[in-house]
Amino acid sequence: MSDVTAPTAPAGNEPQKTTQPEAPRGNQVLADILNGSFVITILAVVFALLIGAVLIAVTDEDVQAAAGYFFAAPGDTFSAIWQSVSGAYGALFQGSIYNFRRDSFVDGIKPLTETLTFATPLIAAALGIGIAFRVGLFNIGGRGQMLIAAACAGWVGFSFELPWGVHLAIAVIAGIVGGALWGGIVGLLKARTGAHEVILTIMLNYVAFYLVSWMLRTPGLLQAPDSVNPKSPAMLETAVFPEILGPKYNLHLGFIFVIAATIFAWWLLNRSSLGFQFRAVGENPNAARVAGINVKNTYVQAMLISGGLVGLAGVMQVLGTVTTGFSAGIDAGIGFDAITVALLGRSRPWGIFAAGVLFGAFKAGGFAMQAAEGIPIDIVTVVQSLIVLFIAAPPLIRAVFFLPKQGKPKRLKLNVSQEVAAK
Amino acid sequence: MTTTTAEESVSASLETATIKSWKAPIAYAIFTLIAIVLFVVNGRDGSSRFRLSSEADLIQLPVIDAPTRLTCVVVVVLLLAITAYATWLSSQAKRVPLWLTIIFAAAFMWAFLTWAAAGESIPITGLLLGTVALSAPLIFGALGGVISERVGVVNVAIEGQLLAGAFLSAFVASVTGNPWVGLIAAMVAGVLVSFLLAAFSIKYLVDQVIVGVVLNVLVAGLTSFLYTTVLTSNTPLFNSPPRFPRISIPILSEIPILGPVLFRQTVIIYFMYVAVIVVWWALFHTKWGLRLRAVGEHPQAADTVGIKVNATRFWNVALAGAIAGFGGAYFTLGSVGGFTKEMTAGAGFIALAAVIFGRWDPIRATLAALLFGFATNLQNVLGAIGSGVPSEFLLMLPYVVTIFAVAGLVGYVRGPAASGKPYIKA
Repeated sequence: MSDVTAPTAPAGNEPQKTTQPEAPRGNQVLADILNGSFVITILAVVFALLIGAVLIAVTDEDVQAAAGYFFAAPGDTFSAIWQSVSGAYGALFQGSIYNFRRDSFVDGIKPLTETLTFATPLIAAALGIGIAFRVGLFNIGGRGQMLIAAACAGWVGFSFELPWGVHLAIAVIAGIVGGALWGGIVGLLKARTGAHEVILTIMLNYVAFYLVSWMLRTPGLLQAPDSVNPKSPAMLETAVFPEILGPKYNLHLGFIFVIAATIFAWWLLNRSSLGFQFRAVGENPNAARVAGINVKNTYVQAMLISGGLVGLAGVMQVLGTVTTGFSAGIDAGIGFDAITVALLGRSRPWGIFAAGVLFGAFKAGGFAMQAAEGIPIDIVTVVQSLIVLFIAAPPLIRAVFFLPKQGKPKRLKLNVSQEVAAK
Repeated sequence: MTTTTAEESVSASLETATIKSWKAPIAYAIFTLIAIVLFVVNGRDGSSRFRLSSEADLIQLPVIDAPTRLTCVVVVVLLLAITAYATWLSSQAKRVPLWLTIIFAAAFMWAFLTWAAAGESIPITGLLLGTVALSAPLIFGALGGVISERVGVVNVAIEGQLLAGAFLSAFVASVTGNPWVGLIAAMVAGVLVSFLLAAFSIKYLVDQVIVGVVLNVLVAGLTSFLYTTVLTSNTPLFNSPPRFPRISIPILSEIPILGPVLFRQTVIIYFMYVAVIVVWWALFHTKWGLRLRAVGEHPQAADTVGIKVNATRFWNVALAGAIAGFGGAYFTLGSVGGFTKEMTAGAGFIALAAVIFGRWDPIRATLAALLFGFATNLQNVLGAIGSGVPSEFLLMLPYVVTIFAVAGLVGYVRGPAASGKPYIKA
């Protein structure tokens, strides 16, 4: 499991393209478009939404009632299916992009800003996990890193009275450092002792959760004074991310931070020498070692950076999303969602950014759908995980949508039987 | 601590080179230090009582009454002696044996219990009984993980298999009113998750860890969605499964301490005993096991001698799913009853840790799962008697111990060589 590499398209495809010179140019272009990862991504989303539609329709009570007399009046069933599915996805769209029921553009566009607000911590955490992927490390510890970061940033945020600007900066830095250290423990232990990072991160998630829970219910540490609940005090005004589009929208300064973080991650991975080392170790640690790269140090550095970026997501939760004081559930499952976002974005910074916005839209729209149509938001989780599964398996999507097959040297059933026959 | 590189280079070049591993002594020293600070410096007075039998037992054992401070000091001296012995062993470039670690851990635990129970009494039977109950799903999950990884498919989807098993067993057992049908449904659910894992990782060559992680999310979302839309729409019909009764095995259940713990259980636990032994025996002493391990270690060699690698993988991953799904049924038919959202609460990940902690061996993985169950239950028992330790730290204990074990004691673990790598026939 240690050699998890970035999820890219199956490796056999690239060299195969060069061995097909006969195909006319027009066909080649068409095939490239159809087989390009963009089309596959779109089709994967469509296919996942279709399966989600089936689930919504099957569990809808009107559809079940109409299906009871299907052969008497089949039209009723189909119209009931249409009602439930279009209602659900309509609500999903209106809750995530543009609400046509509002009169003015200013009100109508609010769902889109909600989408970006939900996307903000997701992108930050997914950037961290994506960087770890590129080094061949599987960071499942997003939850722990976010919690520690949130505790650090929150503590600075509510307990020091500092001037505007300085306070926010120090709180953000404290959170990033906290997340980086919590991630760095994993890198250090892996480098020094060879312990498996998947186990370490899972275990540290629980350790962080109980540690933060204990601090939250201990007076003098993180618990709000004169309160019995395991909850911190509210953040001071000076430490809260300002709302960048005015008080009408929830979108806060963290979004700008996330754009900056994406640019940083892109620069780090694609332009810096450290990023080159990261990718080299991720592709083949043995080759990297032979080439003179200190693989162990790379693990520590990668986990520090990964933890720091995931920590930034924790900071955004405390200083942007829930500023009235946080509890031990402040991570809101973002640490795990970020894994799927990083996979969907294929561990590339701008891909992660786009994937994060998409998942943010699902989240924002999911709440609207739950409120308007009474469909549990869990359907969004189902659709999201299906998207990632399908994107990871382009041959499946090609088969479903009857796209031309890419020539690929996969094992063929025929081959096997021939060999067996030859023996 | 450059031991890992030393180990690697040694296997390549010199057979006679000596390796001094200081991991075990360092880990011992840290725990001894904790013991000194906690149990001696911060020691408590009074006496700690250990109840060895409950009122219902045929043979009544006396209550052990130990003076707290004296016991702690004696045990800490013992810990110091073990640490010194381990240091000496390491300086002589000898391996620190596993039994020494077990004695160390047991002694530490004893001191801890004595210290925590100052002025109170601890029901040992209850502590162990709860351990078995909490470990059961972990053990089933770990067995599924061991089989799957031994055949070369990393199984991160244990959590999903447990959850699917819990969901479908609750639903089917409620509708049919028969827990045995529910048990079969749990296995089917685990197999279905396994089919997805196998299809995506073997046929579509998707990274196995990724498939596992995504499947966990998928199953969690799907069961939560169906729970809200279907199960809660008619709870008496869809989500009130009958539970298995506890069955006492005559004679065996009257053995002091062990009897009530091991032989007054539900039928799922008895299946668990059988499963552990059968999996261990089959894995290491049958043709099936040999083939399975060959496919996981060196698929090309296995293929050369005529073993169908991908078919072997596919069906054994399905078997692993069936076992893990069976464990999922314990959540509903064995303990709680009805299904609730995400009721496995990370047990699958702990089972995965047990697999690696137990070095891909069914017996060791079972012991690791029991350790996790014990630590979790310890918190319940100590929480009930109200010791001075914040409950969060007790809850944290199994995870901290695992980190120490993985980093210090187990060290550089080596799984099945081909685990996680798809086999593409040349």
